[in-house]
Amino acid sequence: MVFEFEVQGGDFATAGNASSQIKKILKQLNVDHRDIKRIVVALYEAEVNIVAHAFKGRIIANIDTSEVRIRLVDEGPGIPDIELAMQQGYSTASSEVREMGFGAGMGLPNMKKNTDEMHVTSVVDKGTTVELIVFINQPTT
Amino acid sequence: MEAKSFHHALKVRDDICIGCTHCMTVCPTEAIRVRNGKAVIIDDRCVDCGMCLRNCPVKAIHIEHDDFKKIFDFEHRVALVPAVLSGQFPEDITVAQIYSALMELGFTAVYEVEHGVEILLEAAKRFVKNPAANQPVISSFCPAIVRLIQVRFPALTENVMLLKPPLDIAALHIKKLYTDKGINSDRLGIFYITPCAAKIAAIKSPVGEEWSPISGVINMDFIFNKIYKSIKQNGKSESCYLPKIDPLTSEGVMWSLTHGEATPIQGRCLAIDEIHNVIDFLEKLENEEIDDIDFVELRACDESCAGGVLAVANRFLAVERLKNRAANLPSVSGPIPSEMSEESIVRSKEYLINHIAIDDVNPRSMLMLDENMAEAMKKMNQRNRLLKSLPQVDCGACGAPNCQALAEDIVQGKAGIEQCFFIRNRQISSGKLNMAGSTAIIESIWGKKKLKKPESENI
Repeated sequence: MVFEFEVQGGDFATAGNASSQIKKILKQLNVDHRDIKRIVVALYEAEVNIVAHAFKGRIIANIDTSEVRIRLVDEGPGIPDIELAMQQGYSTASSEVREMGFGAGMGLPNMKKNTDEMHVTSVVDKGTTVELIVFINQPTT
Repeated sequence: MEAKSFHHALKVRDDICIGCTHCMTVCPTEAIRVRNGKAVIIDDRCVDCGMCLRNCPVKAIHIEHDDFKKIFDFEHRVALVPAVLSGQFPEDITVAQIYSALMELGFTAVYEVEHGVEILLEAAKRFVKNPAANQPVISSFCPAIVRLIQVRFPALTENVMLLKPPLDIAALHIKKLYTDKGINSDRLGIFYITPCAAKIAAIKSPVGEEWSPISGVINMDFIFNKIYKSIKQNGKSESCYLPKIDPLTSEGVMWSLTHGEATPIQGRCLAIDEIHNVIDFLEKLENEEIDDIDFVELRACDESCAGGVLAVANRFLAVERLKNRAANLPSVSGPIPSEMSEESIVRSKEYLINHIAIDDVNPRSMLMLDENMAEAMKKMNQRNRLLKSLPQVDCGACGAPNCQALAEDIVQGKAGIEQCFFIRNRQISSGKLNMAGSTAIIESIWGKKKLKKPESENI
C-alpha cells in the first residue's frame, strides 16, 4: 500500500502530522507496536528535517507485510557532506531553529539507529532524498 | 494473563435510553453504537472514562455499584474513603463528622485511601529516577488512562509506572491489619467509595494485578446523600461518635487532584487532566516529539478526581476545600508524628513496599482492522474506497459515530453500507431499495418507535 503526504518547509506548527497519520495506519494494520515506534521515531526526525532545512517535500510510504519503506524527497539546500551530517552532534540548523528545540545534530544518527536500512542521497542546491526501511513481522522479533 | 473480557461499571439502561447520538459522538474511543434504538457499549474499546454518562440527556447511563446492604455480610466493615469525598461537603461540616456519619450508617471503621501515598511517594520517586525506566514514566493512578494507553497507545504501555496506586496499597494494609489480629478475610469487608466508573472497573478486573482485596464498591453520589441526610437529621455535634483516624499528609489530601503527583515527585514532571487533553499529549509522546520529561501525571477527568463523574460538588469548590484541608496537615517528608496509631500505615511499610509492584501492563490495541496484516491491508483499501462514497457529514444517523467508523464497521462485517441515509437515498432513487426495505433498516438502528407518528401530531 502506498500513502503520500506533502510537507511544507518552515511550518513547525504542523511538523509531525505525516508521522502521526502513518502511525495511525500502521496501528490499524496491526503492526507490532515496537516496530511502529521505531518507524515513527525515525520518520518524525526526517519529517522535521524537511521542515527545518528544505522548502518543501513529499513523504511516500510503501507498506507491505514484510517491510515499511518510506521515501522523503525534498527540494532544498541539500547536504554537501553526508558522512559529516551522520555524525552525532553535527548540525547546520540556524539558531532560530535551535531555539525551537530542534537542530541538536541528533537527527540522522537517530534515524539510522531506529531503522534497518537508511539511504541518503543529496544534490547541493537541489534537494535530499532519504529512504528509511524497517523490516516488520520478522520471525525472530 | 489478563482476562479476555473486561468488566465495565458503565451500563446503559434500555428502559430509559431514548436512542440519541450524544454518548456515541462524545466517546473518546468510539466505543458506542446505536442498535434497535438503544446505545450499545463495545466492551473491548470502553475505557470507563464516563464521558457518555456526563453527556446523556436522560441519565440512561449509570454506574453499577454494589448493594449497600452487602456491607452487612461482614462482621468487620471498613469504608475505604478517598480524600475527595471530604471535598464534597460545605466547609462547616468537618471531616470527623463526615466519617462519624459513615460509622452511623453501619461501617465499623473508616480508613482514608491516601494513607497509601505515605508508602507510594518514596517508591514512585525511586521508580522515576531509575535509569532503566522508560522515560517519561506515566502514572498508574487513573485506571481510565491506563486502559486508554492499552487500547490506543500500545507502545506507551512500557512507560506505565509499575506500582500500585494508593487505593490498592491502603486496601492491602487494611487486609494485613485485620489478618494480623486473627480476623479472616471472609469476616472482613473492605468497601471503596468511588468517585468514578474507572475505579470500579479497576477493582473488578485489575490490570497488572491478580486480584483486589476490595470486597465491594459504593458510588460516591449515593453515599454523599446518605451522609448528608444523617448529618442534617442527627445534628452536627451531639451524639456523634468521632472515629479515631490518623491525619492524612498534605500530599495525601492533594494526591487525587491535578498536580497531586507531579508536584511531590521530583524531576521534570507534567500534569495533564481531561481525556482529550491527555490523548493529544499521548499522540506527541508516542512520536517522541516530546523528550526529557521524567514523569507525567495523566487524569481522565477535568480537575482530576474532584471532577469525577460521581462527584457531586462543583469541582472547583471541592478543590478549594481540599486545598484548605491540606494546608493544615503535615508533609509526608516531615517527621513521623509521635502519636502514631496502632493502625498507622507506616507500621506495615516493609510489607507494603514488598508488595507494591504490579506486573507489566499489556497492550490490547483495538485499532487494528484485522489481526492478520495482509487482511488488514485489504480491509483498509476497502475502507478507503467506502469512505469516498460516504457523505463525510458525520451525522451519526447510521448508528456509528462518524463516516469513518461506519466504513470500518462495514469492512469488519459489523454494519452494512445501507445504514447510511445518503446511500439509502441513492439506492431508493436507483430502484435498488424500496421504501419497506429502507424502513426495516431504520428500525434496526433506531427501533420501531421513531418512525411511528405520534397521535397528537398532524405532519
